[in-house]
Amino acid sequence: MKKIIIADDEHKILMSLEYSFKKNGYDVYIARDGTEVLEFLKAMIPDVILLDIMMPNLDGYSTLDIIKQDKKLKDTKVIFLSAKNNPRDIEKGLEMGADAFVTKPYSIKKLMQQIEEMFE
Amino acid sequence: MMSSFALFIVVLIYLALLFLVAHLAEKKKSKVWINNPYIYALSLAVYCTAWTYYGSIGVAATSGLNYLPIYIGPIMVIPAWIYINTRIVRISRVNKISSLADFISLRYGNSRSFSAIITIVCLLAIVPYIGLQIKAISETFHLVTKTAMSQNILTDNATFVVILIALFSSYYGTKYVDASEKRLGIISAIALESFLKLFFIIILGLFVIYYAFDGFSDIYEKASKFEDFKQKNIFNGIEGAMNWMVLCLISGTAICILPRQFHTAIIENRQEKHIKTAIWFFPLYLLIFTIFIFPIAWGGRLIFAGQNVNPEFYSILIPQHFDNTLITVLVFLGGLSSCISMIIISAITLSIMLSNNLIIPYGLLGKFKSENEIQNTRNITNIRKFSIFALIIMAFGFYKYFILKTSLDSVGLISFVVIGQLAPAFFGALFWRRGTYKGAVIGLLAGLAICYFGLIIPQYYFSYNQELKGALREIYNAFDFFSISFLSKIPQIFFWSMLVNTALFAMISVSVKGNYRERNFAELYVDIDKYIQNHENAFIWRGTAYVSDIKNILERFLGKNKTEQALRIFNLKYNIDSQTETADSRFIKFSENLLAGRIGTASAKILIEGVTKEDKISLKEVLNILEESKENITLNKKLTEKSEELKQLSDDLKNANESLIIKDRQKDDFLDSVAHELRTPITAIRSAGEILADDDDIPLDIKREFLNNIITESDRLSEIINDILYLDKLEHGEITLNIKQNNIIETYKKALNPLMHLIQQKDIHISEVNLLNQFLYEYDEARMIQLFQNILGNALKFTDDQGTIQTKLSEKENQLIITIFNTGKHIPEEDLEMIFDKFYQSKNQNILKPTGSGLGLAISKKIVQAQGGTIRAENSGLGVTFTITLSKK
Repeated sequence: MKKIIIADDEHKILMSLEYSFKKNGYDVYIARDGTEVLEFLKAMIPDVILLDIMMPNLDGYSTLDIIKQDKKLKDTKVIFLSAKNNPRDIEKGLEMGADAFVTKPYSIKKLMQQIEEMFE
Repeated sequence: MMSSFALFIVVLIYLALLFLVAHLAEKKKSKVWINNPYIYALSLAVYCTAWTYYGSIGVAATSGLNYLPIYIGPIMVIPAWIYINTRIVRISRVNKISSLADFISLRYGNSRSFSAIITIVCLLAIVPYIGLQIKAISETFHLVTKTAMSQNILTDNATFVVILIALFSSYYGTKYVDASEKRLGIISAIALESFLKLFFIIILGLFVIYYAFDGFSDIYEKASKFEDFKQKNIFNGIEGAMNWMVLCLISGTAICILPRQFHTAIIENRQEKHIKTAIWFFPLYLLIFTIFIFPIAWGGRLIFAGQNVNPEFYSILIPQHFDNTLITVLVFLGGLSSCISMIIISAITLSIMLSNNLIIPYGLLGKFKSENEIQNTRNITNIRKFSIFALIIMAFGFYKYFILKTSLDSVGLISFVVIGQLAPAFFGALFWRRGTYKGAVIGLLAGLAICYFGLIIPQYYFSYNQELKGALREIYNAFDFFSISFLSKIPQIFFWSMLVNTALFAMISVSVKGNYRERNFAELYVDIDKYIQNHENAFIWRGTAYVSDIKNILERFLGKNKTEQALRIFNLKYNIDSQTETADSRFIKFSENLLAGRIGTASAKILIEGVTKEDKISLKEVLNILEESKENITLNKKLTEKSEELKQLSDDLKNANESLIIKDRQKDDFLDSVAHELRTPITAIRSAGEILADDDDIPLDIKREFLNNIITESDRLSEIINDILYLDKLEHGEITLNIKQNNIIETYKKALNPLMHLIQQKDIHISEVNLLNQFLYEYDEARMIQLFQNILGNALKFTDDQGTIQTKLSEKENQLIITIFNTGKHIPEEDLEMIFDKFYQSKNQNILKPTGSGLGLAISKKIVQAQGGTIRAENSGLGVTFTITLSKK
């Protein structure tokens, strides 16, 4: 079973993502900000991390920065999931090493497909 | 009593002190010395010589109020200095003028002969005046030491004092070869002396009033018993008043054109603004001086009633009478100061005139042309050194042979009258374009003739013969016709000489066609403010001249380096190619100026003329060119103004552009934030919708939850949209306020109640402190409720569970002050102002997720502002306080 961490501070967004990924056979871990993601990473190596950018305490960019320094996580796919959609922000996210940058609002179905393709 | 030797030692120490001050000032050149308006103002008090120091006491005792005009005249004229002297300073600076003779003669065509005549007039007027100072030094020296005057000058101590002064002056007075340079050392010493002489006369005055007598009224009471007291202290009718007035005129003129006054006021002026200080400080100085004349004079008469003593020396005799050696010596030193400063400055100014306007132009120019800079500099300095020394010795001789028996007062006044003859040409130079060389010279000579015939010959003739006899008597009798019965001798001669002088000057000037050069300088003098920037442009000259020839001359006086440096500056100023071979009028004037300080304006002109070939220009042509150049200058000024305007405009545009760019970026940021805020609920709605649409076997409770999400997020969406539109309306003032009298406590409760369940949920302790005396205020209640809810809602979001929110209402200076404190975490200091900006986090916190939409505080601020109040946030102790101030209507 693939493990996924979903980080977002919007409860209602998390709800639908959690429901859909569970339904598609993922082992889902919910984080409310970057620090919680890092907490999970101490204990496990996920296959996918979905990161919002604007979050309290530790934002998405900083979280990715820390993830990239950890060699254990080199096979983990990181996908930004953000309402920020201007080219500057997207470019920045990809340059930092994110595997994809998906802007809100998104189609859960397409997001799922995109992730499946990454593992093929 | 003091022995001659002891007093001589005191004099030596005193002179050493002056040397030291001069030396220190010269060496340090610190700002305190250079930019001190008081040193400038004090140096002007070189006006108060032995004549004022001793002489006016004699006048007060013997002829009453006539001692006043020499103070009153200057006090009346000095306020005009702010206008007159400012202009003279500018003219002198622009033309490198270093003496009175240069100033007057340059205006009348830069004439060598005129400057020589002025020099001679000054010499004739001032040398006896210097003699007068020497007489005062010598007599007071003998008075203090109670020794007899020695007929043998070699054994007379006073002789040595004079020689010391002569050495001091010639050493310090010729420090600079350029005579228009400022002499810091000398001026500082003079200022110190001016201070000391005033200080000493104050000491003496107090001594007389409070030690010798029982206060001022005591002197007055006792003195009023003298038979002549009343008559001496009133104006004797129209007659006395007329005399008095003319005397004021004489001294008022003298304060402007005595060479030593011209030097301290004009040549040594460092900053025009110093004149502003001088015009109140110097009259004050004179007033203080005057106050003590009366008690000393009448105190002296009371003490020495019936004794045969010279009232001019009461100031020394009084302390001596009381056996007070200290005050006697101090008074003597004060008198010495008066004399020395006058001697030094007069000798320096006369030596500059003597060298620049007489010796050099009439004897040494040829020699200068063939020698190098070092030799020339040495020669010029030596001529001046020798002149200073010679002048003082000449004055000494004059004193020994001509003025032994006369009073200080008459010699001083005669000098004033003679110098006064320069007044028409001097003031004409400043204000009258039409004045000509011929008019000025003929007027001056005629005035002088009257002075000599009317004053000098009788004055000095009497030194030898007790009465006029024979042919001379007959000539004088023939002129008796002119005597004015109600004026005494000196005012009378002043009146006639000035009348004839001025009349001739005016009549000849208007009837003789002027020379083009004098007309050129007339424009430059009268319109100095117009030409101050580019005076070289206003100098008219046409002919053939080569830069190399002129450069050659300059090098002989300035040396190679300084010449090249000066040329570089000139070329830069007028944007001239350094390879240019021919010289234009600007270069001629520039070069003349470079030389003028060293050898005087007339000699400078002669030297430059020697290597150039000038074409004759008619007066008409000159006037045309001047008109043109004036137009050019006006045009130039207009252009400058225009370009300044344009620059201002372009700066404004640049600023506007910058603020537009900032506004544009703010707009982008705002749209970005709005989009971001909107996308979040949309995402939630879309996701929920997608799941509901695609997933058929979704459990019922989850289905309900997703549907609920769609509803609440839609509400949130519309709330954001409403907030944005509302804020926009507030910003554009589209919402009209409904201001009425309301109870503020009730309004607050109305705002608080709907929030109570949230507060209870978080277990937050909420309290109110009410310090108001009354509760009715005028405001829009609905907005106020909204404001309270925004601030309280904000507080709620940031306050942890079981925290505290406290609201305090108070009144101060007609203002309603509401503070809402919460125990939430501190706002970063740099953000305290910005939290009231809409989506303020978009700038500083564009990554960390904010709590709230970011519009609440912006709306709150607009609401407060609309009602004329203010709102601010500050970190206080454990939390954050918002303070709302509303002015009470």
